Amino acid sequence: MNAELRSILDKHGRLGVPATGLDEAADLFRFGLDSIGIVNVMLAVESEFDVEFPDALLTRQTFSSIASITRVVRQLQSAPV
Amino acid sequence: MEGVLRSQDLAAPMAAAAAGAAEVARAHAAAVDRDAVFPAAALAALREARLLAALVPVPLGGLGLPLGRVGAICSALAEACSSTAMIFAMHQVQVACLARHALDQEWHRHFLRRVAADGLLLASANSEAGIGGDLRTSRCAVLRDGGRFTVRKQTTALSYGAHADALLLTARRGEDAAPTDQVLLVALREDCTLERTAGWDALGMRGTCTEGFLVDAAGSEAQILATPFGTIAGETMVPASHLLWCSLWVGIAADAVGRARSFVRAAVRGDRSGAAPPGGPRLALAVEQLQMLQAQVTASLQRFEAQADAEPASLAAAIESNALKTGVSEACLAVVQNALRVCGFAGYSNAGRYSLSRHLRDLQSAPLMINNDRMRDTTARLLLAAAPVLGIV
Repeated sequence: MNAELRSILDKHGRLGVPATGLDEAADLFRFGLDSIGIVNVMLAVESEFDVEFPDALLTRQTFSSIASITRVVRQLQSAPV
Repeated sequence: MEGVLRSQDLAAPMAAAAAGAAEVARAHAAAVDRDAVFPAAALAALREARLLAALVPVPLGGLGLPLGRVGAICSALAEACSSTAMIFAMHQVQVACLARHALDQEWHRHFLRRVAADGLLLASANSEAGIGGDLRTSRCAVLRDGGRFTVRKQTTALSYGAHADALLLTARRGEDAAPTDQVLLVALREDCTLERTAGWDALGMRGTCTEGFLVDAAGSEAQILATPFGTIAGETMVPASHLLWCSLWVGIAADAVGRARSFVRAAVRGDRSGAAPPGGPRLALAVEQLQMLQAQVTASLQRFEAQADAEPASLAAAIESNALKTGVSEACLAVVQNALRVCGFAGYSNAGRYSLSRHLRDLQSAPLMINNDRMRDTTARLLLAAAPVLGIV
């Protein structure tokens, strides 16, 4: 999942740096992830991993780091809402 | 006194100073509009009153006013001269970006001291040919060499560029950077050459002198903000722009309603029949509309202030900010249309105390500066990922 997620971030996240070199825990907002970036990443993640984010998980916290997005996607895959 | 003065201590004298600057702006408004000239006297008055340093933190020699106070000043200035208010608002947004995102950089702290001490006027060089008006995209790139930078940018709409002391300019981080990998930098006027490539003979907002320039800027790498521009745009530049623009648009509409009220009063004075004036109900309608706009803009300013400095912008906040701009820009025009209906041909006239020509022409820019159609596209996309708070909270 990690490589696909980084590729999504590169393509849709409008980050100031390549996502390939980012630490799992790095704060994506510090690297330029903005509101439109969040929407783009969310839509791409939903399509790539066949999940649907419930409103309650559509928070900045969810999209704050690669580790956090991974955790939420795993959670959604194991317990679909 | 440094660090001792609190901004609240300055509120009353600053309101008086703003009113004084507004009177200067009012005296020159017609000529500024007619001749499409920079409102130099009004800006000199604002500088003299230290209001160009309104958002510079107190420890750096500024007034450290909250954004809501600055919004109130924008509104008061706009009742007198829209162009003066817009120039003031745009300047304040640039200062806000530095005060919220660059205080950990020595060069920028020093620069803000100069803004406060010398009353420097800052302009925004964000527009660029060939990017389709997208703030978060740049074509030009910063070229770095031995701690120095150069950048060449073809701007399309650089308001009061010929009159600014410094430009805040967006560019790609480097030659290899993606169009969205942007930095914001401060270019001092003395280190820039500006070649005018487009003039400004517009329907309204004529004193903003929003010309196009080919900008060649150079400086030290220390002048580049460390915070990525995406963060600065989302947390400060975009929301603060929307809030201050809306404040001044409401000011334009308020002056129009004031003129309509004067018109109705004069009509009643001249009529001994005691009948209700024909324009009365529509004047009342315009006041209703204006009250809602005032409340909306004031509440949004308060929510912005309540956030911690440079708190990351939530999706819901971005939706609110966009909706504020698109909604208020069009609603203010509707208010002036109603005022025009009240005043009739006295309002339609280009001259006279009931003229609404300038108000209407100036406000026509509101739905265009970042086109509302494009903004509603963005809002619609944001709504896919966040539910806005719509009830009373």
